[in-house]
Order: sequence, then C-alpha cells, then structure tokens
Amino acid sequence: MKNRRLAAGIVLAAAGAFLLVAPFGLKPYGIFILTMWAVMTIAAIGLNLTLGYAGQISLAQAAFVGIGAYITAYLTTKGWPFWPTYIFGGASCFAIGWLLGYPALRVQHHYLAFVTLAFNTLVYLIFRNEEWLTGGIYGISNVPRPSVLGLSMNSPLAFYYFCLAHLALVSAATWWLIRSPWGRAFVALRENPIRALSLGVDTRRYTLVAFALGAGLGGVSGALYAPLVQFIDPTPFALALSLNLLLMVVLGGSGYFFGPFLGAIVAVLLPEWLRFTQGFYLMGYALLVMILMAFSPTGLLGVADRLTRPSRRRAGAAAGPVEAAAGSEGAR
Amino acid sequence: MSAILEVRELRKSFGGIVAVDGVSFSVEAGEILGIIGPNGSGKSTLFNCILGQLAPSGGDVRLDGRPVTGMRPCDLNRLGVSRTFQLLQIFPQLTVRENLVLAGQEHQGTMLGRLAGPRDAGLSAAADRMIGFFRLDHLAEEHAGDLSYGQQKLLDVAMAFMAGPRLALLDEPAGGVNLTMLASLRERLRAINAEQRSTFVVIEHNMEFVMALCTRILVLAEGRVIAEGDPAAVRRDPKVIEAYLGHS
Repeated sequence: MKNRRLAAGIVLAAAGAFLLVAPFGLKPYGIFILTMWAVMTIAAIGLNLTLGYAGQISLAQAAFVGIGAYITAYLTTKGWPFWPTYIFGGASCFAIGWLLGYPALRVQHHYLAFVTLAFNTLVYLIFRNEEWLTGGIYGISNVPRPSVLGLSMNSPLAFYYFCLAHLALVSAATWWLIRSPWGRAFVALRENPIRALSLGVDTRRYTLVAFALGAGLGGVSGALYAPLVQFIDPTPFALALSLNLLLMVVLGGSGYFFGPFLGAIVAVLLPEWLRFTQGFYLMGYALLVMILMAFSPTGLLGVADRLTRPSRRRAGAAAGPVEAAAGSEGAR
Repeated sequence: MSAILEVRELRKSFGGIVAVDGVSFSVEAGEILGIIGPNGSGKSTLFNCILGQLAPSGGDVRLDGRPVTGMRPCDLNRLGVSRTFQLLQIFPQLTVRENLVLAGQEHQGTMLGRLAGPRDAGLSAAADRMIGFFRLDHLAEEHAGDLSYGQQKLLDVAMAFMAGPRLALLDEPAGGVNLTMLASLRERLRAINAEQRSTFVVIEHNMEFVMALCTRILVLAEGRVIAEGDPAAVRRDPKVIEAYLGHS
C-alpha cells in the first residue's frame, strides 16, 4: 500500500511538472489543444462524479458545457466581467442538473440514458433555434478572455495556465469530496442503493447532488471553453460531445479519480498525435478504443489496478464475472 | 415490557397473489423474535413491508406506538431500525472499516455537516470496536469483496449494528454460513442483545439456530400466522409440522 502511494505520488509530481513546462516549445495550436484538454478534463471530472462514483448514467454533459459556455459568452459580450458570468454559469448548471436528477429517481440505466440524451438534444435545439438569445447557427463571436488581478489572459500561454489553475482547484475540491462521507455515500449509491437506503443513506438526495455537482462542473468547463475558442455555436454541444465525454470517463477508468485525466488525453490529445496517419487517424483511434474496451472494460486505470492488486483480482474472479468487474473498478 | 414494534393486519398482494395476508404481531423491547415458515410463506415480503422497501396493501406498522407504515427505509433507519437482507449486501469495493463507517455515518449530524466534517465522520473508533466485536480485526483494511462468504456475512450483520439500533430485523443471518462461523454469529448476536438491549426479529430456515437464539417464534404459512409461542411449543405444534412436512 505504501509503495503504491509513493509511486502514485511520484507519478503525480512528474505529471504536474510536465503540465507546467509542456507549453514551452509548443506552437499556439499545440497550447490550444493542451488547454482544451484541461477544459474537457474538468467536464469529464464532473461526469465521473455523476457516473463513475454515484453510478447515474448521463448523456447530457455536453448540454451543461454548452449552457455554461453560452451564459459566459452572452454576458461577457454584453460587457459583464468574467467572474460573475463564470459563477452564474456554474450555479445555473448546478440548479438545472439538480432538476435533471429527478428522472433518475424514477428510471435507471439505459432508460435514464435516454432521458438525459433527450435533454441534451433539447438544449442543442434551443442553442440552434432561439436565435434572439443564442445567435442560432451564427453563434456568438468575439468572446473576451478574462483578466486576473489586472493581468490579461489573452495570450495562449496565459490562458493555458489560467485553465490549468482551474483544473488544479477542481481536482483538489473533487479529491476532498470523494474522500469525504459524501464520496462514500456516492459509492454506496452506485454499488447497492437498496442496502445504502437501509443504512440511512438518503439515496434520493445523494442522487440529486451527484447530478447537480456533475452538471455544475460541466458549466464551469463551458465557462472556460467560451473564452478559449472565443466563438461559440451550437455544433460542439451536440450529442457527440456527450459521447466523447462519456468515452473519456470510461476509457480512463470510471470511478477512478485520475480516470478523466487519462481519458481526456486519449480523447483530446491522441487524435492530434495520430494526425500523421492522415485519413487513417480516426480509424486507428476507433480501433484502439475498441481493443482497449474489449480487453479492459474498466479502462486504463482498471488495467493498472488489476496489475498491482493480484489478490483483488483473484477474489473478483471467484465472485463471478459481475462482481469481478465491479471489484476491479475501484473507487480510489 | 412495552412493544417496540407492532404490526397490525399487514397485507401485501401482487396482483391476485396475496403474499402477506393480515399478519399481526408485536415485539417487546429486548426480545429476540424468530419468524419461520416454508419457502414462499411471505417472511421476506413481511420484512420488506415493515421496513418500507415495499408499500403494504393494507394494515399498520407502529414503532414505539408511532405509525411508520410506508416510511422510507432511510428514515426508519434514523429512527433506530436496521436490517440485513436475505442475500448478502455489502459494498465490495470499500474496506471492512469503510463499510462499517458508511453504516453509521448518516446518523452523524446533517448532510452538509458531514461534508465539512472528518473523513471517517468520527466513527473510526466505533468501527474498530465493531470489528473487534465480530473478530474481523485482521481484515479491517481488506476490501470487503476479498473476504470469504462467512466473513462477509459477519460484516453484513456487523453493519446492521453499527449505528446502535434499538430494533434489528435480520433476514436469514445464518444462510450459507459454516458451522464454526454459525456458532460465532449466534454468540455475537446474543452478546449484542444482552449488552445493548437491542431487540431482534430474525427470519431463519436453520431451525437449530433459530430455536437456540430466539425466545419466541412466529410461524408463517401462505402469508398467514399459523402458530406463535416459545420454541419448544412451536416445535410440537401439529400445524407447524403440517406446514413443513405436509399431510401424512
């Protein structure tokens, strides 16, 4: 256990140092992609809370990213300062996410997936059709980037560090949350809601909180996305982004703290690295994802967990395939 | 003694099938009541109706004289009622200690208070006491999913007592447990009953276990109470023999 923690600490420190120096030597497009990774990781962390920890499937995360982005874009282009729009975007998504959680109290699994999918489509249609508010297909352009203590975040490098700082804060807050009694209640809700209920866990309230927190982080991600791209239109917030975010969570390791970070590397950065294969890069990417999911449905961190916890693997195998899958999923 | 739990004319039907048909009984504080009956006699359905997992079709459940019919299981748990299930219900990805902390944490302050409070909700010492009580000391940091079935069963029962319930409804606690572990489980349950004055209602198929543990036994058949009394009287009751063995 101590060795695992030491190794994890070293990897974490190395990854942090790498993220600090990574943009040096990169062209603006490279820095843009790295910033996009940080922004999408925040949205994926939110989805991981809802899906990975609390076990509530959601195909609506793109809608929340979109709502956060549109609120920030609309208000900042009307002259509002960034911070109130940022808070408003996150808080609005938290409230809407809470409301979206109510269907989860009645339906589960693929039925819930369809409810959230319908919500994503509804929001997308509002973005596209309510031109008076959202600009329709013409979108909202010239979204300004914020200033922090008088320092402009206009340059790609400054905005990268701005987003990286947000990612660090969101990560720290999430780490604290999942290690609190709430995190334990979320895992109980995912693993066995009936038993959790019999132990006094108010599964109804925790389900709503899980949806609201995940949605709120989607809104925060959107509030950073808008000033990153500086022009928003409905297209990026369609179902494809929700599926991509779901892919990030599942690929990295659903229910693992670092799952979204790894998943976002694969979903955001890998397609860029595979561009040298020209027309084949998407096919190669799809093939890679299929192979990974076939051999490790618990994602990249599931592989690492299985390799470093042989006793759990044996116990899981003895318990049968369903428990084995759950047993290797780890909520650490 | 006063009745901690009163069940009056409880009924539950699924379409045309009546699973629980007007069952009435009461449980005194500190008592260990056993509920037995052939498979399909409505024992677990009765538990689920009492504990709010199923909405009863009729009847009344009272806790300390207060009506709790249809109350949500989490609210009942906060009133001091806990349970185990027929099938093992633990959280395999949490350690033994975390399972126990989880079993008690929702009784500690408010939801927001717990978020701001300590990670263990101040329950580590209580969890360690329970771990020691059920002799799971060497397994405290193991993931519950890695334990043997018997150890998991002990953990399952230990979780039901973590919040110090006044009333515990145990659904087949001896199911699938080997003889050595069974003796240990019976001894632990007796000790909790004596030390904490907890009241138990136990559903069990293992006759030896239930006859040795319980002070009074209720027999169900086809959703109805067919006999009630001390273990020796129930064992001799012709209606009970008939329900289990059929007509000779």
